[in-house]
Amino acid sequence: MASIIRIPTVLRAAVGGNATLSVEGATIGEILGKVVAEFPGVEAQVFNADGSLHKFLNIYVNDDDVRYIGGLTAATKDGDEITLLPAVAGGATA
Amino acid sequence: MTRYASVLDLIGNTPVVDASALSPKANVKIWVKLEGRNPAGSVKDRVALSLVDAAERDGVLTPGVPGQILIEPSSGNTGIALAMVCRMRGYHLKVVLPSNVSVERTQLLRVWGAEIIMSPGTEGSNGAVRMAQTLAEENPDWVFLYQYANPANPDAHYRTTGPEILADVPEITHFIAGLGTSGTLMGVGRYLKDHKPGVQVWAIEPPSGETVDGLRSLDDGYIPPVFTQNNGAELLDRKVVVRPKQSIEFTRAMSEIGLFVGISSGAIMAGAVKCAQEIPDDVEATIVTVACDDGWKYLSTGAWTDDVDDVVERAKKIIYF
Repeated sequence: MASIIRIPTVLRAAVGGNATLSVEGATIGEILGKVVAEFPGVEAQVFNADGSLHKFLNIYVNDDDVRYIGGLTAATKDGDEITLLPAVAGGATA
Repeated sequence: MTRYASVLDLIGNTPVVDASALSPKANVKIWVKLEGRNPAGSVKDRVALSLVDAAERDGVLTPGVPGQILIEPSSGNTGIALAMVCRMRGYHLKVVLPSNVSVERTQLLRVWGAEIIMSPGTEGSNGAVRMAQTLAEENPDWVFLYQYANPANPDAHYRTTGPEILADVPEITHFIAGLGTSGTLMGVGRYLKDHKPGVQVWAIEPPSGETVDGLRSLDDGYIPPVFTQNNGAELLDRKVVVRPKQSIEFTRAMSEIGLFVGISSGAIMAGAVKCAQEIPDDVEATIVTVACDDGWKYLSTGAWTDDVDDVVERAKKIIYF
């Protein structure tokens, strides 16, 4: 059940320079857990000390922000595209 | 014809038009509120007037006193709207603008007499916000209205946009808008949830974090204070990213039904279609979206005429939200 994770520029150095990773898991939490196990240096960038998501990190499963579809328990399936994006200031129109 | 005493009286009361021709489902209607009809051309006219009115009410600005200077970060529309309001009220406006906004935006700012301060394009809107904050600290006599944190921003939408939508489309089931300062979503979203509980509120955002190369670490990230002040995470039901290619494709699709709107409006329509696809066939639904501005400011991107992939490459380099 591999999902493709797209890593933003700002986090690439912490995951061995990879722009994408292929990781198996049934939930976002399980997949991120495996990423952190392989690249321990990224843990502090992804999670707070209490295990919640870093407030300036947005994670999308197929372009849906996981915070609104179950958070770390959001389900993932084979072929899903997971995108990590830093929260940045929006623009002029909203 | 109706007569108006001032251009500022033309702000708001924008029309809503049926765009259900773009809905993938017969049981889902889609209506678009055309904010490009505002006098300075965008939804931000409401915000600019609300910010200045509130500042005058609070005594931060005094009408008629010369030499008053405002500073504001904006990737375009707020700056343009504020420039128009400031010109009419006699204030001097300095706009901090990322260098990679479309050329028409800087031209329009100059039309209204605003002074332009460029921030590095690679830092996106984040960089413009940071630079404006620094300049405001260094020049305490300048007035920094700070749309990203000013309650008068969502308040403009709670008082005007929200009631207009509910009056014109009382059968609304879903409201979908773009997420920038979050003012529209927080103001309209809160109004709708207060007055018609059960309405779903969806946020659409561009994948902007991908293009901000100047970000050194995640701790440089930014969430607009307006979003947190209004418990945005509780208020929103969904938040969806729309990619540049989809944004362009839907901007074109809208033009095919006569709607000449900006690229962010295409992105929001793409989100509305995604929402419609999730609604079961036996449920009647009515989605209302906002077209933040018209297409004029984006003609230089070739969005309607050039090869889609070329336009997408260009759109990645400009800020269109």
